[in-house]
Amino acid sequence: MGFVYALIAAGLSLIFGLMEIVNFAHGEFLMVAMYVAFFAWLLARIDPLVSLPLTALALGVLGWAVYHGIIRWVLDGPMLAQIFATFGLAVLLRSGAQFAFGIDFRTVNDPLLAGRLALGPVSIGVPQLAASVTALGAFVALYLFLSRSETGVALQATAQDRQAASLMGIDTQRMFALGWVIGSACVGVAGALLAMFFYIFPDVGAPFALLAYVTVALGGFGNVPATLLAGVLVGLVEAFGGLLLTPALKYAAVFALYLGVVLWRPQGLFGRF
Amino acid sequence: MSLLSVAGVTKRFGGVVANRDISFDVAPGELVGVIGPNGAGKSTLFDVITGFQRPEAGRVTLDGRDVTGWRPDRLSHLGVARTFQKLKPFAGMTVIENVMVGAFQKTSDVAAARAAARTVLESVGLADRAETHARGLSTGQRKRLELARALATRPRLLLLDEVTGGVDQATVPGLIRLVRDLHATGLALVVIEHNMRVIMEISQRIVALQLGQVIADARPAEIVRDRRVIDAYLGETWRV
Amino acid sequence: MAAAGTLRPLLTRAVLVALLLGALAFPAVFTLPFPRHIMIMIFLYGALATAWNIIAGYCGQISLGQAVFFGIGAYTSSLLFRDLGLTPWAGMAGGVVIAVIVSQMIGYPVFRLRGHYFAIATIAVGEIVQALIVNWDAIGGARGVFVPIKRPDSFVNFQFHQSKAFYYYIALALLLLALGVTRLIERSRRGYYFRAVREDQEAAAALGVNVAREKLRALGVSAALTAMGGTFYAQYLLFIDPESVFPLSLSILICLVAVLGGVGTLWGPILGAAVLVPLQEGTRVMLGGTGKALDLLIYGALIIVISVLQPGGLMALLSRARTAGSAR
Repeated sequence: MGFVYALIAAGLSLIFGLMEIVNFAHGEFLMVAMYVAFFAWLLARIDPLVSLPLTALALGVLGWAVYHGIIRWVLDGPMLAQIFATFGLAVLLRSGAQFAFGIDFRTVNDPLLAGRLALGPVSIGVPQLAASVTALGAFVALYLFLSRSETGVALQATAQDRQAASLMGIDTQRMFALGWVIGSACVGVAGALLAMFFYIFPDVGAPFALLAYVTVALGGFGNVPATLLAGVLVGLVEAFGGLLLTPALKYAAVFALYLGVVLWRPQGLFGRF
Repeated sequence: MSLLSVAGVTKRFGGVVANRDISFDVAPGELVGVIGPNGAGKSTLFDVITGFQRPEAGRVTLDGRDVTGWRPDRLSHLGVARTFQKLKPFAGMTVIENVMVGAFQKTSDVAAARAAARTVLESVGLADRAETHARGLSTGQRKRLELARALATRPRLLLLDEVTGGVDQATVPGLIRLVRDLHATGLALVVIEHNMRVIMEISQRIVALQLGQVIADARPAEIVRDRRVIDAYLGETWRV
Repeated sequence: MAAAGTLRPLLTRAVLVALLLGALAFPAVFTLPFPRHIMIMIFLYGALATAWNIIAGYCGQISLGQAVFFGIGAYTSSLLFRDLGLTPWAGMAGGVVIAVIVSQMIGYPVFRLRGHYFAIATIAVGEIVQALIVNWDAIGGARGVFVPIKRPDSFVNFQFHQSKAFYYYIALALLLLALGVTRLIERSRRGYYFRAVREDQEAAAALGVNVAREKLRALGVSAALTAMGGTFYAQYLLFIDPESVFPLSLSILICLVAVLGGVGTLWGPILGAAVLVPLQEGTRVMLGGTGKALDLLIYGALIIVISVLQPGGLMALLSRARTAGSAR
């Protein structure tokens, strides 16, 4: 699961690194992705794993739309406006989903992958395993894109120094939009994966979002590779927290971890600031 | 006894040594200029003196008391004020409110602070802009505001970081006059400046920095003849 | 010019007095419980948002964990009442004390963080506290706490079953208290220091402002007022549980109210409450069960619009309209 968190967090980190905006609606993006995957299954009987590209694409479009429609206008504004713009979006999406789809839990029944696999003393669900692997794969793909491809490098350049990048001919607006598209697409992938085995309901995004914030903060805002490590760490803490303490406290454990790290090392483990 | 004494201050940022073993004194009422090329560590030195950075080594002494690493607000209460190179106005507040924040250090009464602020604004020539929001000021006016704010705390030592930076040529003489007048009131000043003409005119002493180290500490007339300073900073063509 | 100068404040004062009289007379005119309930909720949310405004609007620290203090106020007074028979008014005082102490404990480490890290940290703290309370069986855990019902109505017991009027006036008093405190701060040295911290912490420090102390003071005041709101809520509904008094959604709602109305202004939070509460109640009545989502939907849209177009909230819109009008 840590890998999935890492993927979600990577999107968040990318956006933040580019323009120092924390997308408080990130969890809701995930929720939207899950619903997209769900409806693809419901209406066209396409398994979430198969419809994954579609979901990623849909979220990418959403990211683009959000950037051009909302984010672009608050980039130069006060931080308060930035925080609340995405917050408002989160509320909007969540209540919109509640309004449109009701609060019932939905699931994808008989997905393509099912059952459990025994790996030594531990038994893992096959969908979860597939999700982890795919998430890891997506993450690696993202990393390669960022570090090897020309656009990816341009993205990194913009993240590090906006002015210098634009002086070198990089269109920062396009980079920002691209950041949002890719960040959202990451969430799209994660959503499709989760849809395979997770319950789908309007509030589902919230705990994931919180975990994502913690993951990003742990790894250091803006440092995408670090979020992988942080994601794994968070996943582990969550799992062990659930085992050692009561399940209700496992999130508390993750948050305690966040507070601990952030207070001791304000930039996160590998942060840029 | 000197007012401010900097001894052996060294400040590192990761692998970069911004200040290396810097030492100099400032006597009460003295005007010391600090020069040096970009990256020489001038602003960092100010940060160390005013408590925004903690040096790895060395001491900062005020009136003989060791104040190394003390919080900026505590140093302010001891009479040390500063301006910032990158101007930091309280954008959402009006000019007079900005200055009042400084004035409040000496009084807790709002009316008294307002009156004090108004007086300071008059001395820097911003009295007519008192009710304007700080974000609506030109650069030159912002510089004056920054100065006014610092003055409102009635300091004994004022550290000015680039008073004439980014300001059009016409405004410079006015600012110089202001600094001169302040000095005349007995205020000790340490001034970082790029404009050589300005600093030669007003300083009683000049400290030259290069790559984080002090390369000269002397009166203006001697500084321009100092070989190291000329090599580092002035170039052969400078003549006073 | 001089005439306009003296006319404006006079007019404003007259309007405010009229509003106050109207508020005082309201229960006499509207005797049904529902309108009174709406006003009570407006007052409560207005007070909570005004309290948040102190730390966030004036001091610039966007805290997203106000529910912690709300819950502390609610639980403290309720438990003291249930187990020790202590009058909820004393319980309120107790809640305030605990909330302030907790706020200082939280604030001390967390205020060292900046910007987004800080905001997330406040969320983290809120979630941890809620999780802890849920697991604390000695005080009810997830089952919550029932405030013992005492009849007849009594001021001492802070319970009025016959009519909502008493609750109305208490809520109004709470709101006025919050406003009064804000106004007092706004005009004092503290207010200037708070705003300086909001604008530029470093510049403020260079001028002698003890930034950390000011933030803690602001949080303390905010926590105290919020806790009072929590006690009121407990006495009004007579039942509390972690889900109703500690959730993140409540913290966010409080912020949204203030942001909509205008962060950093005296009247902004009430304006926001005056918009949200009727919206909330109205949609609930209109659409029954699913109404709960629609009001938030509209609210979310409003927040986005406000953030993008006019971050100053409704207050900023109003003052723009006013200056545009008087420019004629």
